[in-house]
Amino acid sequence: MAASTEDLLARCVATWCAGATGIANATRLSGGASQETWSFDIVHPDGNIGAILRRAPPGYGAAPDRAAGLGAEAMLMQRAYAAGIPSPRVMHVLSPADELGTGFIMGRVDGETIPRKVLRDEQFAGARPKLARQLGGVLAKIHALSPSQLPELRRMTAAGEIAELERDYRNLNWPRPVFDLALRWLRDNDPGPSSEVTLVHGDFRHGNLIIGPDGTRAVLDWELAHFGDPMEDLGWICVNSWRFGEIDKPVGGLGSREELFAGYEAEGRKVDAARVHFWEVMGTLRWGIMCCGMMQRFRSGPDHSMERAMIGRRSSETEIDLLRLLAPRHRRRA
Amino acid sequence: MQDEPTPTELIHAVADFLRNDVMPAMSGHKAFKLRVAINALDLVTRQLTLEQNSDAAEHARLTQLLGKDGSLQELNRALAEGISKGEIGLQTSGIAEHLWQTTMDKLAVDQPNYASYRRELERGSSREPTS
Repeated sequence: MAASTEDLLARCVATWCAGATGIANATRLSGGASQETWSFDIVHPDGNIGAILRRAPPGYGAAPDRAAGLGAEAMLMQRAYAAGIPSPRVMHVLSPADELGTGFIMGRVDGETIPRKVLRDEQFAGARPKLARQLGGVLAKIHALSPSQLPELRRMTAAGEIAELERDYRNLNWPRPVFDLALRWLRDNDPGPSSEVTLVHGDFRHGNLIIGPDGTRAVLDWELAHFGDPMEDLGWICVNSWRFGEIDKPVGGLGSREELFAGYEAEGRKVDAARVHFWEVMGTLRWGIMCCGMMQRFRSGPDHSMERAMIGRRSSETEIDLLRLLAPRHRRRA
Repeated sequence: MQDEPTPTELIHAVADFLRNDVMPAMSGHKAFKLRVAINALDLVTRQLTLEQNSDAAEHARLTQLLGKDGSLQELNRALAEGISKGEIGLQTSGIAEHLWQTTMDKLAVDQPNYASYRRELERGSSREPTS
């Protein structure tokens, strides 16, 4: 019989963590068949060390077409950590000898990722007014990472992204005139290639940020990282879907664009507000099409879950948000 | 002709049972899944209640905008294609109003508590769900 994940983890940890006597409290957190996240404690005489395993199990090596791959993710986190960006510390990159598949082990960072808790709970009341500005500063540091020290990643442009979204939308084969309107607007308003190409996190929003009462503690999930227009990240975090009801606070329901931009520019980088707006429209459409994709996967299986089905019915949320962006009924914008 | 109670009444009754009698006994992931299930049943109830009128109104608007008849899906395909080609746009008379009304009618079924929808409802009676 094959050794359990717990046994393999204990054996792996012993090879690089001096003094470790084993592991405890291993719990699988989330993910589908091709990618798993585990939380566990490294048992150590000086006190247990909280750890996270992120891996593709043996036999699930290939990343989906948009994904950077777990090796690249580990390297990005190491670079981010070294540059002083809030980030978990990567402790070990899996090797074939570990027999755990591909991936890495990182330190567990305490804090909250659930948006509604970050936006409502009393313990974050002190952090909330500072977060929009702080997140601007974090993004500026991400965009300042030197490409020569980063792994190979996809190079994306606005035109390429529009073409991908159009292809995904056409594959759904279900008419959504508001999506056509948005695609048309994006084609007509494409600002062209960015004069500066930087690392783009690609999914910088609630859920991928660990927040503590003191502010941002870690940036997670570099799966969609690529090289492209840095303004994409600023637009994506302003998408209304990440405001969770706080629609007058565009930056994740936390604060204003002005605060985000001020935090960004305080790090010596420039904001192009028109490009940010363009990417907000793109991001809203992208999330809408992703919701439709969930519905498709629900239909075709194997994940025939209610949750996926119901996410399909959230795509209309992005339609109203696209209309609010592109055909506002009052000249007042949130 | 099928007999009473109607599907709407049955689903409504099941959702109320799950909400009032089963939910208090649930916790953790099962409670989360149950909440999703109840939301799904509530959505179906709203669709069964609202769809007929909103579809009829949408169909009437589309036949007038496009100057032709067809099924709701055919007409929506024609509109989507016209917008994609740039033959129809926000400058076309009646288009913005049509897209807004159609979208408001979708939200009334899908997510009536969505904040953007609540905000737009407050803007005026003309955007209320077709009833």
